[in-house]
This record gives sequence, C-alpha cells and structure tokens, in this order.
Amino acid sequence: MSEIILTDENFQEEIGNHKGVAIIDFWAVWCVPCRMVSPIIEQISEEYAGQIKVGKLNVDENRNIAAQFGIMSIPTIMIFQDGQMVDQIIGAVPKSVIIAKVKNYL
Amino acid sequence: MIEKDVVIIGGGPAGLTAALYSSRGLLSTVLIEKAIIGGQIALSEWIENYPGFPNGISTAELTNNMKKQVESFNTQIMMDEVTDMETLDRGFLVKTWGEEIKTKGIIFTPGASPRKLGIPGEDIFTGRGVSYCATCDGPFFKDMPVLVVGGGDTALEEAIYLTKHANKVYIMHRRDKLRANKIIQERARKQDKIEFIFNALPQEIVGDQKVSKMIYKDKITEEIKELEINGIFIFVGITPNTDFIKNSKLEIAIDERGYISVDKNLKTNIEGIYAAGDVIKKSLYQVSTAVGDGASAAFNLQKYIEESYDE
Repeated sequence: MSEIILTDENFQEEIGNHKGVAIIDFWAVWCVPCRMVSPIIEQISEEYAGQIKVGKLNVDENRNIAAQFGIMSIPTIMIFQDGQMVDQIIGAVPKSVIIAKVKNYL
Repeated sequence: MIEKDVVIIGGGPAGLTAALYSSRGLLSTVLIEKAIIGGQIALSEWIENYPGFPNGISTAELTNNMKKQVESFNTQIMMDEVTDMETLDRGFLVKTWGEEIKTKGIIFTPGASPRKLGIPGEDIFTGRGVSYCATCDGPFFKDMPVLVVGGGDTALEEAIYLTKHANKVYIMHRRDKLRANKIIQERARKQDKIEFIFNALPQEIVGDQKVSKMIYKDKITEEIKELEINGIFIFVGITPNTDFIKNSKLEIAIDERGYISVDKNLKTNIEGIYAAGDVIKKSLYQVSTAVGDGASAAFNLQKYIEESYDE
C-alpha cells in the first residue's frame, strides 16, 4: 500500500508542499460507497507510483481539513497540483473516470 | 481476449444472483462492475424487507455475503467498465477498458441511478448540500435542518435515518398523499423532528458556497415560498442505466423512459441477451424482486445456451 494516511496535522506537509499531482480520497467508516472506492484508490496508488501522490483522509477524525475544503458529500476525490486543489469528483465513479480526470494534470 | 459462457453487466443484487445461478450451473461466468458491488443498496444503511433476516441486515453485510457466495462458485468479478458490445457470427463480444470477452450470452443488470429533480441549482450544489445518499452525507448535517424531497418508501426511510443527525427534517412532496407503504408512513409521522410539506413543487435551490434555501411553489395557492435548510436529500425515483447500451453496437430494444424491454422470460429482443433488476419495467423495485429476476434470467439463459450450443 503506497497511500499516505493524511491528517489535520500532516496535510500541509504532505499535500500543501507537494510539487506535482496528488489525489485525496475523503472518506468515513460509515460511508458504504467509500469502502467500494478505496480499492480503486489503492490500485491507482500502485499503478501510478512516482507519478501521482495518493492520500486518504478520514473526515471524522480530521474535521479541520474536511471543513477547509467544504466536504459535505463523500466519497469525494480531490485532485491537487503543486499544493492547490484543481478538480474534484463527488460520489463513487469508475476508475476510468478518475484516471481520465487526473491525466489532465500529469 | 478471454472467452466465457456468460457475461453479466452490473454488480447489484440482480447481477450477483444471476452470477450465482450461472456459475453454480457450471457456466463460466464473469461479472463486470464499474463502481460499486451492491449497487444502489450501498446508498442505504439497512434493509428490513429482505426475507431471512428477522432483525434486518446491513446492506454492506448483505452485499459482502452475496459477493462471497458467487466467488465461491468461481464467478470472476471484474472491476471495469463496458466500452462497447457487438454481435458476432456466434455469440457476442463485450469490450471493457482492460479486456475483450467473447461470450455466448449476456445478462444486463446495470441497475438504475437516483433521478434528479432537474431544477436550477441542483447540479452546482451537488456535494455542497445536495445529496442522493443519506447514509453517506447525513452526518455532515449534525444539528442542522435538512429537506428530503419525495414521497415514496426511500424518501421516508431516509428521512427517518436523517433524524439521527439533523435537528429538523422536512419532507416535501408534490402531492397530498404519500406513495410510501403504511408502516413506514406511520413511523415517519411518529418522529417529532419530521414535518411534512405537501402539494409543494420544488423550483430552485439557492445558496452561496453551500445550500441555504429551497424555493418551491404551493400547488394549491400558487404562492412561491422559501424554506431555509442546510441540506437537501433527493429521492424522487430512479432512472435506468442504459446509456452505455444505447451507445454500443448492440441494438437492444429500450423504451422511451430508458428501460430495457423484456419478455416474460426476461429475454431482450436479441436471442442470448437477457435483463434483470431495476433496468427493466416492473411494478416493484426491491432487492427481493431483483434477486428473483436475476435467478430467472440466468436460468433461462442457461437453457438457451445448452440448446443452441449442443454439439
């Protein structure tokens, strides 16, 4: 597993200061569709290792970051470029949809 | 390229049951799912009208059990998306992003998606207060007022669920009578936090960064009114997921509302292709009926394969 577990504490360091493309999976244990998206995110982290930085953020445990990005629906996948949020996908979608969006920034 | 006897497209209860019958009938079977095994039931937390579970069962557990069961009979589950399909001299070709599958038969179980209201503000505020999944997003509205739009079973069940988080749950319905079954209606009416708004036609969702109001029209007085809420949960029916079929080379008969047309054996207009679950026109859309259809479709397809491939 090459995903990074993001928290309120390490977010700035891992994502805010990251040069390049990152994707973040905002999730919670009570969200069933989130559990289905997780394996897709894991696959992407392996297939695009070195190209895309992949992180997961539990919105229950890290409310500051979730609030900062106005998360009101999960799963939400946000795409970051050089530390800035550039795109997002709300709801469970096929892997191809995620890849197609992320590729715009690679 | 791989070869299979049966390709099942869609991994909800209909597809999983079709896969169970098909693989248990010793047909080599692949089930293709593009996003969520379990389909729409993943949007609810709990199911209490599926027989065999007197205390109800969590949708996650039910789905997981169904998945384990089909895998134990060697169904291959492929997390991928169908990109095209065509008829061959014998059988069919199903293409996904990552694979091409030659098959003797296809069962369509792509299910349906929540229908949208189709009013201004709905799309821009999706994920900013507008939601189609109470269990996913309910906890974001702790101690806030929310609105549920719809008058069927799902709308009322989800409204009851939302009372766990929200401090007020309005239910807005366009008629003066609910479609939901009596037991659920009674449960909803007992909830202090729930308030019904009848004869109300949603007009526009407004807000700044997030949803703040629903503008609606009172059908009786024709008056335009406003309701202040932080969240809007929309449960106004479903729309079948058949665009990928319309966009393929297969000429499957699909009705004007997007449902696949089938005969009493669940066969489509093409020999060797069947459909089951929420994607066909029927009177009751439930896990129990999806499971029944899925089994019948798989059984009838197996008969077809055995008769037409008997060498």
